Amino acid sequence: MELAYTRDDEEFRTRLRSWLAAVLPTLPPRPDPLDWPARRAYDMGWQRRLYDAGYAGLHWPQAAGGRGATPVQHLIFLEETEAAGAPYVGAGFVGLLHAGPTIAAEGGPAQRARWLPPILRGEEVWCQGFSEPEAGSDLASLRTRAVRSGDSYVVTGTKIWTSHAEVADWCELLVRTDPEAPRHRGLTWLALPMDAPGVTVRPLRTLAGSQEFAEVFLDEVRVPVGNRVGAENDGWRVTMVTLSFERGTAFAGEVVACRRTLRQLARRAQRDGRWEDPALRRRLGRLNAEFTALWRLVQWNVSEAAHALRHGGSGVPGAGGSVFKLRYSHARQELYETAAAVLGPGSLDLAEEWTRERLSSLSYTIAAGTSQIQHNIVAERVLGLPRGR
Amino acid sequence: MDFRLTRDQEALRRGMRDLLAARFGREELRAAVDGADGAEGADRVAGAAGADRAAGTDRSNAGEGADRAGERSVPGGRLWRELGAAGLFALRAPERSGGVGSGLPEAVLVFEEAGRALLPGPLVATELAGSTGLVPGAAEGTVPVTALAGARAGDCALVEHLASAGAVLLLEEGRPARVLDPAAPAAVPMRSADPLTPLHRVRAPLPGPDRAPYRSADGSADGAVDGGEGAAPDGGVLLLEGALLAAAQQLGSARRTLELAVGYAREREQFGRPIGSFQAVQHLCAGMLVRSETARSVVYAAAVTADEAEIRAAKLLADTAAVDNARDCLQVYGGTGFTWEADVHLHLKRAWLRAEQWCAAAGSEERLASALLRPAGR
Ligand SMILES: Cc1cc2nc3c(=O)[nH]c(=O)nc-3n(C[C@H](O)[C@H](O)[C@H](O)COP(=O)(O)OP(=O)(O)OC[C@H]3O[C@@H](n4cnc5c(N)ncnc54)[C@H](O)[C@@H]3O)c2cc1C
Repeated sequence: MELAYTRDDEEFRTRLRSWLAAVLPTLPPRPDPLDWPARRAYDMGWQRRLYDAGYAGLHWPQAAGGRGATPVQHLIFLEETEAAGAPYVGAGFVGLLHAGPTIAAEGGPAQRARWLPPILRGEEVWCQGFSEPEAGSDLASLRTRAVRSGDSYVVTGTKIWTSHAEVADWCELLVRTDPEAPRHRGLTWLALPMDAPGVTVRPLRTLAGSQEFAEVFLDEVRVPVGNRVGAENDGWRVTMVTLSFERGTAFAGEVVACRRTLRQLARRAQRDGRWEDPALRRRLGRLNAEFTALWRLVQWNVSEAAHALRHGGSGVPGAGGSVFKLRYSHARQELYETAAAVLGPGSLDLAEEWTRERLSSLSYTIAAGTSQIQHNIVAERVLGLPRGR
Repeated sequence: MDFRLTRDQEALRRGMRDLLAARFGREELRAAVDGADGAEGADRVAGAAGADRAAGTDRSNAGEGADRAGERSVPGGRLWRELGAAGLFALRAPERSGGVGSGLPEAVLVFEEAGRALLPGPLVATELAGSTGLVPGAAEGTVPVTALAGARAGDCALVEHLASAGAVLLLEEGRPARVLDPAAPAAVPMRSADPLTPLHRVRAPLPGPDRAPYRSADGSADGAVDGGEGAAPDGGVLLLEGALLAAAQQLGSARRTLELAVGYAREREQFGRPIGSFQAVQHLCAGMLVRSETARSVVYAAAVTADEAEIRAAKLLADTAAVDNARDCLQVYGGTGFTWEADVHLHLKRAWLRAEQWCAAAGSEERLASALLRPAGR
């Protein structure tokens, strides 16, 4: 039970802090959240600066062009960048946290050389084409067909909820290559160039009014066989590697941000007189305890991952990520419900950042596996309860 | 940073678990319950319509201690002396004064096991008294020590195991800890909801700084402990350490009821299959794990940092985990969960009690809210 950081880790933190202090004031102003091309440019600009300073792909293996940093250093990175108010990974999310690590783990040398450096340098944006209108939680039932034709797969189908699709260069696409095989055995992972003929992107408007995701129509799109990562019909396994990354430390920075928001909430309540309400104070106090615990849970999971990595494991976060995601997504929603209580009538004003955050927090119990699905995972894979029907 | 348990810590925990399994297993636990419960207990165990009768016939057990069946585990009894010999009550005392010389993390692991096993007695206060050397005999387990902890004037404070205690710690924030004679407080016995924890209520006003109505155990007028190695430790510090040890017990209980629920859900069949294959039951169990894992990280962290806010956070989350897990476990058990015979209610009642002791929710939530207004590190 050691929470102190080693001297190496503290030096890493100090260097990072002084770099952040120097670079953040030089960033351009934040773009309009509704202006996707501007957002892409901003996010990629930040990624480029990380790359130039040697912080890109920190937690990726060195063989993949990453820094091979320990999980603890990656955690320090997430903590410090968030605490300093640095930009969020944004449009780089899928590339850096899903597609990239998948290619690093499962791709061949040529594939790694083609796709990984542009992700690290902030030159190419990836999106994730897994969900379909008829296949959400039940991902393995997806229907998008890929038929082999010479050197290509011909892909036809519809993907939905594809975040960042509008500005993406590539899509990590999960398709069905063998309709006869059992559901999980007939899937294949492909890298789809978003500018290929036959790809149509139709933006979807979220309840927050923004266009965060899109529907992607694929009409006989030809994808070179060389864009397949992993073996044909082995896409389910390849995908599972990606999904566990998504639920790992992806939210560590957000916990730091939530703790800052909580302090701001308290000060706002004090300024506006709502602090006099003991029920509100107690709710804020309870949230303080909650996010204190969530931060420690992150550190616990990181310690477990670091240990596994030292002993030859993959460093891929395990089902512990599901426990964290369940608790965190709920806590985040409660945070912004409490923010609404602090704002009172102002909680209906979209000019308030917390009103907008309250809306977007609603997706946390749905995206990246709903809370119900996470409960299923915990019950069956962690607690070993008999499979449900 | 490596948050995981060290090898020594794992070994310590395993040692404590084995010791408790051998000395205070389920039979001992139930014997203690029956003993405390008196002759009516046996009846009640056998009775099918247990509910009404249990409610109607519960008899005050305050101040009686336990007789015959559960005698081994009464505070100060044989089991206590064995645990004292194993170092349970002197974990943090320096080795030169006969202690174990370990820190809060070790104490937390050991208390987690005690909570898991539902070990009865005023364990927290006795550990505080033993580790600080405030009460001679506490470390050895021969003198059980209870506490009047953190109550403010106007409160109605709970004191557990008063009749079997050799001394009472009076712990107030901003004042040195004091040791009182158990006969001193104007205490009224209660019919304790927890069959293994006799309770007294102590009515306000509590002794103020200018008033010292209680005699100390050594008979001096003011109970403040002097001499020894200097001034008595601050009551507020001991209060927080006590809260952390209580949180550790809550965590042990929460993890235990999860185990019980999962075990039962695997075995019990309805509709031709284990109830654990029903999603509604699965989700109850998964929720229990989420609670206990989250509580565990903050309890262990608080043991490392000993930070006030973190200890209060730990106690809040551990209280919730223990109470809610016991409730969910009860639900998974179905009708069996409502019986005297199943251990679930013992966990629930103890969890309720501990939630009221050693920094209860309202005060800690207020403190944690105020902490948000202070300029923060991280
Ligand atoms: C903001 C956002 C961004 C997203 N980005 C992407 C992306 O970039 N790429 C991508 O591929 N997908 C993305 N998704 C899709 C997301 O993964 C799915 O929405 C999610 O997996 C749920 O699928 P669904 O919407 O079809 O709901 P359904 O699966 O139809 O679920 C509906 C309800 O039924 C419940 N349910 C379903 N099955 C079970 C079961 N077995 N047990 C208990 N309850 C069940 C669910 O919990 C839910 O409450 C995104 C979603 C959101 C909200």
